[in-house]
Amino acid sequence: MLKRTLLATLPAIGLATGLAVGLAALPGTAEAACAIRNTVPIKTLSAGFDAWKAVTAAWAECGNVQSELDMNFRTKQPTAFAANPSLYQIGGVANNTVVPLLNAGTIRPLDDLVAKYGQGLTPNQLIKVDGKTMAVAMMVNTQNFMVREDVFKEMGIAVPTTWDEVLDAAAKLKASGKFATPLGATMKPGFDISQEFLNVFLAYGGVATKPDNSPGINSEAGMKTLALMKRMAEFLDPEYLTSDSTYVARQFQQGKIAMANLWATRAGALNNPAESQFAGKILQAAAPAVAKGGKPATTLWWDGWVIAKNLPDAEAEMAFRVAMEGIDEEMVKANNNAAVWLLKGYVPGPSAKGAIESAMGGAPAYPSTSAMGLISAALGENVADFMTGKKTAEQTLQAIEASYLTRAKEQGLVK
Amino acid sequence: MRLRTLLFFTAPSAVLMLLFIFTPLVSVAIQSLHTTIVLREMVKVETCTPGFLAQTCTTTERSQVRMGPDGKPLTETRFTGLEAYRSVLETGKLATAFAPGGQGWAEVLRLDFWRALRFTLTFTFITLPLVVGLGLVIALAVNNAMRAIRGPLVFVSLLPFIITPVIGALAIRWLFIGDGIVTATLRATIDPQISFFAQGWTIEVLMLVYRVWHNAPFAFIILYAGLQTVDQDTLESAVIDGASRWERLRYVVLPHLAPLIVFVSLIHLMDAYRVFEEVVGFGSEAHVISLQWLTFSYLMPDFTGNRYIARASASSMLTMVGIVLLLIPLLARVWREHRPRG
Repeated sequence: MLKRTLLATLPAIGLATGLAVGLAALPGTAEAACAIRNTVPIKTLSAGFDAWKAVTAAWAECGNVQSELDMNFRTKQPTAFAANPSLYQIGGVANNTVVPLLNAGTIRPLDDLVAKYGQGLTPNQLIKVDGKTMAVAMMVNTQNFMVREDVFKEMGIAVPTTWDEVLDAAAKLKASGKFATPLGATMKPGFDISQEFLNVFLAYGGVATKPDNSPGINSEAGMKTLALMKRMAEFLDPEYLTSDSTYVARQFQQGKIAMANLWATRAGALNNPAESQFAGKILQAAAPAVAKGGKPATTLWWDGWVIAKNLPDAEAEMAFRVAMEGIDEEMVKANNNAAVWLLKGYVPGPSAKGAIESAMGGAPAYPSTSAMGLISAALGENVADFMTGKKTAEQTLQAIEASYLTRAKEQGLVK
Repeated sequence: MRLRTLLFFTAPSAVLMLLFIFTPLVSVAIQSLHTTIVLREMVKVETCTPGFLAQTCTTTERSQVRMGPDGKPLTETRFTGLEAYRSVLETGKLATAFAPGGQGWAEVLRLDFWRALRFTLTFTFITLPLVVGLGLVIALAVNNAMRAIRGPLVFVSLLPFIITPVIGALAIRWLFIGDGIVTATLRATIDPQISFFAQGWTIEVLMLVYRVWHNAPFAFIILYAGLQTVDQDTLESAVIDGASRWERLRYVVLPHLAPLIVFVSLIHLMDAYRVFEEVVGFGSEAHVISLQWLTFSYLMPDFTGNRYIARASASSMLTMVGIVLLLIPLLARVWREHRPRG
């Protein structure tokens, strides 16, 4: 319990300096679970949420695998994979974190290996760029709406489907005196706040980057998004500008909030009686839309793995086989509720309901493009200035575009 | 001393300074004048991502990084002159802020660099007297304590200084953030609305208090060492002359400690101007940032894996210039004192 919380909090405050969890399995104990016997030392670097804990533990069963689970893997991966030989054989990535590796050309096309060892994979799992398979997806992730079902029933409020309804419900909960801050949101500057912005912005029909890579943030959709975010702030913890996913999850577990649009990967922990006081009472629903009948205001993500390019082929082959072992049916069965798996043997449980409803509702996939990465960085740096009142909405949107353009020039995206 | 001997004696340190201070500095200066641009080409790309039932593939024309024959992205480094400095200082926006219709300083303080400079300077100048003052008070107190307990007292007073700065900042953060012990207690006893991380000024106060707590022991140990060498005869004659405790401090002890106070101030100015750990530890970037943090944020790879080396270098050069400007008055004082008279 203590170790869990420690592991959960450390990366969140931006300190994580390589929390090596599950360093190589003890020889002879669990290797039976892995079909192959790994003879090459393999190192992996990925994020640290529950699904990765499950997959890396399954990798460790093959022997000689050392996994690093680090919520700040994003900043390490590009340089580590650019080394020759690469410092890690296997990398855990998502839509956005695969972009730097693709741009630098440090991951290898996997088509040969998929043909040789990837019989169990569905076409759905193959992440193709320019016709070549560059990554293997294992799960879908999305920010979906989570609500304290018991509270909503007791108060006689229907589970909200639009942001207007969310804010109405929040006002009722606040007025009832049960929750001083009924809503949670991941508003920490950087990736978290940029994601909150984009979810709503795209749902308002905003176009973040145009085909010629010029920005489209400074638009009507942008103004509406900021206005909605300001309305949310009324019901958030006053310290919301330091709050990331781990913080929001903890607010749920301690009964401080009654609803939030939070990553589906966190659902497991919210309903885990060992760490949550309200296990079993947190319902998963589609992300709220911005207008009645609209698409859920969220984006669809995938998580999966890549194999480094700067490796001897034999080593890459072994790494691929180990990586495949980690996503076998056995692992899925043992960790069914850790994620919304794209794998054989997965039975969607209650914790996947929100993600599936969001996807079925038509939430768009998060685009894996450099331009999007730069927009995200520019948003992460500037949106907080609007929330704190340092800048007006117009000034903020202008600052975001200016920051994007400065970056895009160096990336050769715009002249 | 003959010139030859002088050169002979200073050569080793001159070589090291050239190698480890001058060369990197020149390299940073050069990098701040050049920008590396990634070369791209327009290609038709088919991208496939998992949908729920089937895979969704889209063909789009988009710009893609051009790869060289060695499999590495092609880049081009151009001389861009002072462009990076203009970009960091946001000179264009400075001009509009002070043009008719601009909002002057209020507008300037919204720009990252200037907002960081504002905090860095306030932080430096508020902590400086507090660190030196508190250090002196502790030194005097320990010096007047019974000989038997002096050792343990020195040890205990030094403890804050040996804590790793980031860890110390995190500890303070956890005491105050959300319903941390201190905040929870204050909420229960004073006002249920208190929160320390909801607005910038409370975070700044916490940062100041933390830095003073952390650095005062450094001032203390230097000044305490100085107190051991105060001329006892002078002190005794001062007592005989009827000088009060305050007068002895003012006219005997402080003049003796003056060079050490200058030294402590010099070191503290350099340290405080590079304030960084507090911003990271407190996670305060939404409200408060410092110059060093700004450099760091340029250097961290963004979501495309790019680092903004030119702007980071420009920002470090500006930080260095800032430190030099701050140190000039103190260095001038040292120079005057050590200049051969006559």
